[in-house]
Amino acid sequence: MIHIINFLSNLAMPLIILIIVIYGFIEKKEVFDKFIEGAKEGIKIVINIFPTLIGLFLAVGTLRSSGVLDIAIKLIEPLLHMMNFPTEIMPLALLRPISGSSSIAVATDIMKNFGVDSQIGIMAGVIMGATETTLYTIAVYSSSVKIKKTRFVLIASLTADAVGIITSVVICRLLS
Amino acid sequence: MLNLVWPIFIIISFSYAIFSGNLQNLNSSIFDSVESAVNLSITMLGTMCLWSGIINVAVNTNIMKILNKMLKPIIKFLFPEIRENQKAQNEISMNMVANILGLGNASTPLGLKAMETLQKENKNKQELSNSMIMLIVMNTASIQIIPTTIIAIRSSLGSENPTSIIVPVWIATICAGIVGVTVTKLFIKYSKKRENK
Repeated sequence: MIHIINFLSNLAMPLIILIIVIYGFIEKKEVFDKFIEGAKEGIKIVINIFPTLIGLFLAVGTLRSSGVLDIAIKLIEPLLHMMNFPTEIMPLALLRPISGSSSIAVATDIMKNFGVDSQIGIMAGVIMGATETTLYTIAVYSSSVKIKKTRFVLIASLTADAVGIITSVVICRLLS
Repeated sequence: MLNLVWPIFIIISFSYAIFSGNLQNLNSSIFDSVESAVNLSITMLGTMCLWSGIINVAVNTNIMKILNKMLKPIIKFLFPEIRENQKAQNEISMNMVANILGLGNASTPLGLKAMETLQKENKNKQELSNSMIMLIVMNTASIQIIPTTIIAIRSSLGSENPTSIIVPVWIATICAGIVGVTVTKLFIKYSKKRENK
């Protein structure tokens, strides 16, 4: 099972790139020009998030080194133990729905501290990939049509997030 | 949001470190943090440019049209109220395709366009309609075929196999998505019953 999952994970990106390039080639598109055009967009994305990353890495890094994070984790530890949830992941699970860039900072911090290929590190990665900044998305979408009564959208999407996070934890435990 | 959270984080951790005599750790972590932000951005640059380039090739081929066609039955199931509205269906499907391909910058404008179209059909303009809620839930579910950002971070931290998380991410996303859709459908059913009473 683990072998199949690893194989598929490794296959996904090369296969998708291959399909896209073959498609572009067969349809006689200027594949390389389009690639360069898109790659330029990639630079913009990174430059746009860079200042945010600096600010948030600073906040998260000092939160950890000062010992505040440890205290916060200790406070909720009994509850997490009851649910058999890894305490190291908790800051990420709490921040993930609220802010995209700060959860990137927290996830990177976790991966660096526990090892990127450790169970906790992989969990952090899977959680990041499987969930979205729910609150931000809801705010942007509702305010775009000037609606304040959002009915059950928050409960529905936060339930989905919780399931995503719990599933990530369970899968990573099964795999390692 | 961050205008509130960020200063609170800084104030708490800096003052705690000063009062608990943890200054040396604090100082070194200040410089470590900004350095790792730089390292992350530089290594991320490679993966992000590669993927944005590849996706731009895809956007210029018929792959988008094929994906749109494949999504039609799913959209009909998720949004039964807009069966007649071809425009809304197309916009929602474009939004989902952009999400699947990881085109974050493109998917939001497309999704907001769909919201506008749905608002025209909305009976109560003060409240989100059922279709709007489903659209938002689909957008918060993060259905993405390649989680590029996280792969970029993993490779920048020297992972032996940065892409090994792809299938676990798919499984977790699918579970989250199914639950999100089910919960939304249940809420819709329940609120209809209440209205009929």
